[in-house]
Amino acid sequence: MSNVFIAFQKNEDSRAIVNAILADNPGAIVSDQPAMVKIDVPHRLVVRRATVEEELGREFDLQEMQVHLITMSGNVDETDDEFSLTWNQ
Amino acid sequence: MDMKANKKLGLKERYNLMTRDLAWTPTYQAVKDVFPYMEYEGIKIHDWDKFEDPFRMTMDSYWKYQAEKERKLYAIIDAFTQNNGHLGVTDGRYINALKLFLTGVSPLEYMAHRGFAHVGRQYPGAGPRVACMMQSLDEIRHSQTQIHSLSNYNKHYNGFANWRHQHDRVWYLSVPKSFFDDAVSAGPFEFIVAIGFAFEYVLTNLLFVPFISGAAYNGDMGAMAFGFSAQSDESRHMTLGLEIIKFILEQDPDNLPIVQAWLDKWFWRGYRVLTLVAMMMDYMLPKRVMSWKEAWEVYAEQNGAALFNDLARYGIKVPKGWEQACKDKDHLSHQAWNVFYNYGAAAPFHTWAPSEKDMEWLSAKYPETFDKYYRPLWTHYAKEQAEGRRFYNGTLPMLCQVCQVPMFFTEPDDPTKIAYRESEYKGMKYHCCSDGCKHIFDNEPEKYAQSWLPVHQIYQGNCFPADVDPSKPDFDPLMEVLRYYKMEFGRDNLDYADSEDKKNFEAWRAQATSN
Repeated sequence: MSNVFIAFQKNEDSRAIVNAILADNPGAIVSDQPAMVKIDVPHRLVVRRATVEEELGREFDLQEMQVHLITMSGNVDETDDEFSLTWNQ
Repeated sequence: MDMKANKKLGLKERYNLMTRDLAWTPTYQAVKDVFPYMEYEGIKIHDWDKFEDPFRMTMDSYWKYQAEKERKLYAIIDAFTQNNGHLGVTDGRYINALKLFLTGVSPLEYMAHRGFAHVGRQYPGAGPRVACMMQSLDEIRHSQTQIHSLSNYNKHYNGFANWRHQHDRVWYLSVPKSFFDDAVSAGPFEFIVAIGFAFEYVLTNLLFVPFISGAAYNGDMGAMAFGFSAQSDESRHMTLGLEIIKFILEQDPDNLPIVQAWLDKWFWRGYRVLTLVAMMMDYMLPKRVMSWKEAWEVYAEQNGAALFNDLARYGIKVPKGWEQACKDKDHLSHQAWNVFYNYGAAAPFHTWAPSEKDMEWLSAKYPETFDKYYRPLWTHYAKEQAEGRRFYNGTLPMLCQVCQVPMFFTEPDDPTKIAYRESEYKGMKYHCCSDGCKHIFDNEPEKYAQSWLPVHQIYQGNCFPADVDPSKPDFDPLMEVLRYYKMEFGRDNLDYADSEDKKNFEAWRAQATSN
């Protein structure tokens, strides 16, 4: 089964996003690299707005991720509440 | 900062209102006159409304988030400049990777801007049109931020001054230039598959992620800022590329063989441009995050394989040349840096032989190949250099008719044998570096027979300044070519060990750490 992944610049906002991803995606593998953090998940990765808001302690629009995002792989599906990456295999 | 839009509509409704609800069907002009390039590539589209941008980005949120990215980026660039950040990089050698970046990559961003402005105008569907417009704006932002970030280095180091002039002339720069010229002179569907797939998916992930993480590791916050900021847009671009490929394939079964041929062609074209990135990662970064081989395994073998498995449901196969590219990972960077070391008199940046410590690292990362094939070469060069005979190749290499890289690549199963391929077209012989490039040539010989190959042009006398006189007794063709390139001999080129850059970097750094 192929992994999907997402990578963020290392900063305070993305720390909360990464924590939210780890909470919502059991089996996620975190790889710390200079100035960036990459998270691999087998098959499907989800970012939930509610979990990010809990981690951040403020309201969060999922499109705000754009500011910290570096790269990702997988088919994107985005709604107001969830951003997901999947391979159809 | 308040990033929260006060929205009453959901993401999907807002996207629909702000994209396709702003489009209309022309009535007083025929649709085919308004969109004249839609048919000649043979792609059949039946319903443009089936395309949907999964990011559902609308112009209002686009401006908001891009403005925020720009604020962050320029704050870092200002801080870097104010703090003499250029002296905080690990070693002055590193700066040569930035010279290559400025001449080789930034002009491609500008071409991507032009390409997307052009094709966006051509698509009858409002969804891809809006996505292309945003990508076009992103790309001009990338070229601007790269030029701004790198301009600080231009104040202090040689080789940056004539980058735009050089992009259109210098021998190895025809590699990235011809890649983009090839794409923008294709039809709009081929362009978006080429750039959305080969440039964004294959190339930028390997350039802007592990290499830029490496730039940060080497203390270059300027390159880190523009690199990561650009790549966050590339995520949208890769998604656009992937969604367009899926959309075309879903529209009509006749589209499959056309798209497959483009993926074959553009995978190989993108892969050949990556040759430059391979040597940047393994040889030009003083501190390395990962080897080229490791980066290839993560971003190509794992990620690329996942993409092709995903597209298999449409009948798409792994592109031609994939297997060879995976074999080459043990050789690519070493062979490429060897060629630049050879031609270090004719490139506007400095080259060097790897130190013993560098070689220990390379040997550990390439246990199968480095000690066997490449260490002896570098040891030989180092010995020659120590004895006052730093080797510079005085001849010109044969170039591949398609990728325009000097023909140094070896046979897939024999790293001691240079690969040569030959095709005939209208009574002329054309030479290619690989089965991949020969296949591309044979499919469109009328296009590639016209390639502007720097070496051929030099030999034909087309790369000298206007005032040159070849009949003069002291005529020196290399010096005249360098004058045509606007390169200053002995200042912008030759070995890093003897360069003004090295002297300055060391002197300024000494000043920065004492009174």
